[in-house]
Amino acid sequence: MTNLLLLIPCALFLGALGLAAFLWSLNSGQYDDLDGAAERILHEEDEEERD
Amino acid sequence: MHAAIAAPDIDPRVREVVPGQLHMELLAPGVHCGGCVSRIERALQAEPAVVHARVNLSTRRVSVDWRDAEAKADDIVAVVEGLGFETQPVTEQAAADAIEAREGKRLLRSMAVAGFAAGNVMLLSVSVWSGAADATRVLFHWLSATIAVPAVVYAGQPFFRSAAGALKARRMNMDVPVSLAVLLAVALSLAQTVRGAADAYFDAAVTLLFFLLVGRYLDHMMRQRARSSVTQLLSLNAAAATVVADDGSRHLVAIERVVPGMLVAVPAGERVPVDGTVATGDSEVDRSLVTGESRPEPVGAGDPVHAGTMNLGGPLQVRVTATGADTLLADVVRMMEAAEQGKARYVRIADRMARLYAPAVHILAGLTFAGWAVTTGGDLYAALMAAIAVLIITCPCALGLAVPAAQIVASGVLFRRGILVKDGAGLEKLAAVDTVLFDKTGTLTLGRPVLVEPVAIGTEQLGLAAGLARESRHPLSRAVVQAARGRGVPTLPVDHVHETAGQGLQGLSPDGELVRLGSRAWCGAAEADRRSAHTGLELCLRVGAREPVTLRFEDRLRPGAADTVAALRRRGMAVEILSGDRPAAVEAAAHEAGIGRWAAAQAPADKLARIEALQAQGRRVLMVGDGINDAPALAACHASMAPSSASDIGCTAADFVFTGDSLSAVVDAVDMARATSRIVRQNFALAIAYNAVAVPLAMLGLVTPLIAAVAMSSSSLIVTGNALRLRLKRFGDRGRTTPADAASSADAARARNAA
Repeated sequence: MTNLLLLIPCALFLGALGLAAFLWSLNSGQYDDLDGAAERILHEEDEEERD
Repeated sequence: MHAAIAAPDIDPRVREVVPGQLHMELLAPGVHCGGCVSRIERALQAEPAVVHARVNLSTRRVSVDWRDAEAKADDIVAVVEGLGFETQPVTEQAAADAIEAREGKRLLRSMAVAGFAAGNVMLLSVSVWSGAADATRVLFHWLSATIAVPAVVYAGQPFFRSAAGALKARRMNMDVPVSLAVLLAVALSLAQTVRGAADAYFDAAVTLLFFLLVGRYLDHMMRQRARSSVTQLLSLNAAAATVVADDGSRHLVAIERVVPGMLVAVPAGERVPVDGTVATGDSEVDRSLVTGESRPEPVGAGDPVHAGTMNLGGPLQVRVTATGADTLLADVVRMMEAAEQGKARYVRIADRMARLYAPAVHILAGLTFAGWAVTTGGDLYAALMAAIAVLIITCPCALGLAVPAAQIVASGVLFRRGILVKDGAGLEKLAAVDTVLFDKTGTLTLGRPVLVEPVAIGTEQLGLAAGLARESRHPLSRAVVQAARGRGVPTLPVDHVHETAGQGLQGLSPDGELVRLGSRAWCGAAEADRRSAHTGLELCLRVGAREPVTLRFEDRLRPGAADTVAALRRRGMAVEILSGDRPAAVEAAAHEAGIGRWAAAQAPADKLARIEALQAQGRRVLMVGDGINDAPALAACHASMAPSSASDIGCTAADFVFTGDSLSAVVDAVDMARATSRIVRQNFALAIAYNAVAVPLAMLGLVTPLIAAVAMSSSSLIVTGNALRLRLKRFGDRGRTTPADAASSADAARARNAA
């Protein structure tokens, strides 16, 4: 029973962390251009962006 | 006088986000790969004034932020257009899109919350099912409650709102039983938890919400994808007009701010943005989008022109005579609205099911409650338990997915074939169609001239003609360039090219000979014979002192037109033509396409009357049309389709828009709609079969939370899997278009619109 008291909050916390990460990425526009995201990985980095 | 305007104080395209920093969104329909994205972004970032530039490949939008003091909007546009991308300002559409995008994000957030809750509650529930007892079980139920209750309150809102709206309007939709089941399940489980009882249905409530939100989000995504594709097709030329001020200076003015009396400049190759009369200039205009007339007509000072007319010849200045509610376009819009009101409101298949389904569910739950109350001798709590179990088990989880899953798969398949589905209801309506009406100009035909004569033109002549023609935006010049490209004739370099508006082009061939391409008078040829006067689409080519050659053009049928008509007939459909063009032109096209029944010189009202007559006979009519004059007919029909080269209003009115030249898209769409309707029916049958087994168990009180969870998830998965079968659908290979072809011809169509 005591290990449950530790494990359940852990599980819930990790779940909530995942949810929060998803909501953050959604709000910061990461899902706005799914086609573009697939292409961008193929680009060479721009000079300006590297430094 | 109000015709005099100062330079517009605020550029309508631009928004100030931070003081001193401007933001602009541009639609660049030509962006189609990652390479385009990085080219535009690099070019913009190389500008010292630009703070931030990003290209969205999904929506084909360029968004730029720059410092106000250092650059103007036109400079930014020039950078993008300098790379060879046409751009259009995004203005009024942006607001509607933003609302749509917010709605989508809200659904996605709700889905995430419901998914999180479903996963965690299920974790706890599995522990309970596998034997957690006493204090542990009570603890797990309380934990489930603390997760599930806020999750349901948050994620259930789309359903609760829709259900409340329906009840207020005294209607019934699928969301009413859904909301009831979810809320009752949570309430019952809370009561069970407080009592420390064995069974709680928190997992059922949140999983249910999760699956339903998946369905709802799919539905939303489909509509948004179609909408943004259609937005890309709409040429926004008409959104702005080049107004000539009294001092001769020119300004781009938003169309809403143009008033009668203003003078508007229309360069050759552009569409007239307003209704008015020609003030100065002589030209030819193409009215095919407005009236269906395929032959260009000459206009001069004093002649009336309507918005949507293409200026083919020299530059025109048009005195605005009407704006807003007085224009021809506004008349058409009024007719469209009247037609839409006259049409019986289409009830979507899911809502039709809900009308039968919701009362049945509530009656069954009521009967269960009554039956248990009587047989247990008044144990109301047990009776309520059983009744709620019935509600949960019948909850239309699979039904909520049955339609959207099938429709999004179908629209995805059609999308890859270059057919845009505006809305799922269109697929349902198209499946029932038994009569197809075609417009002629621009729909059965390509709506652009193609070189037909002389067939055996010399390679050198065509090469020289193309060398001259590529310097011009006139549709006939483009046809010459296309003909050269299509026949593999290399374009010969022509120097010192000069265009005389309304007359023709001239230049020097590599041999130093004078080459002229244009009207008969321009080339010094004899007057037109009777035959060429018939279509009026011709150019003369004169090389040096040699005899001029006459090139004749025709608006040809789309590829696959005759096959499409035959294929539609094989599917049991009646086919007719309704055109605004002259009888001779319509008869020729009807004969070539193999259509026996046709009507020419049809005004928009005549087209409407024909459709009403057919619908009065109980026919379900599909209208395929492109022009402004087709828009009321498109709106009045049971289902409607437009090519991507159609007028903006035509694209907006149609349920489907197809890119690419081939008319076989019509058959593909019909086949897919019928296949979708079959799958939807199967899905309903599966959902009903599942209920037939599960409901008696629930009524007998035999459904434990475990059975409910398994039954609901599996039925949802089966229905989704069945919908995925639509991906396997094979089409006939009539004029197969690859996505690349579709994209390139869509670009061509846009170029035609934008030019």
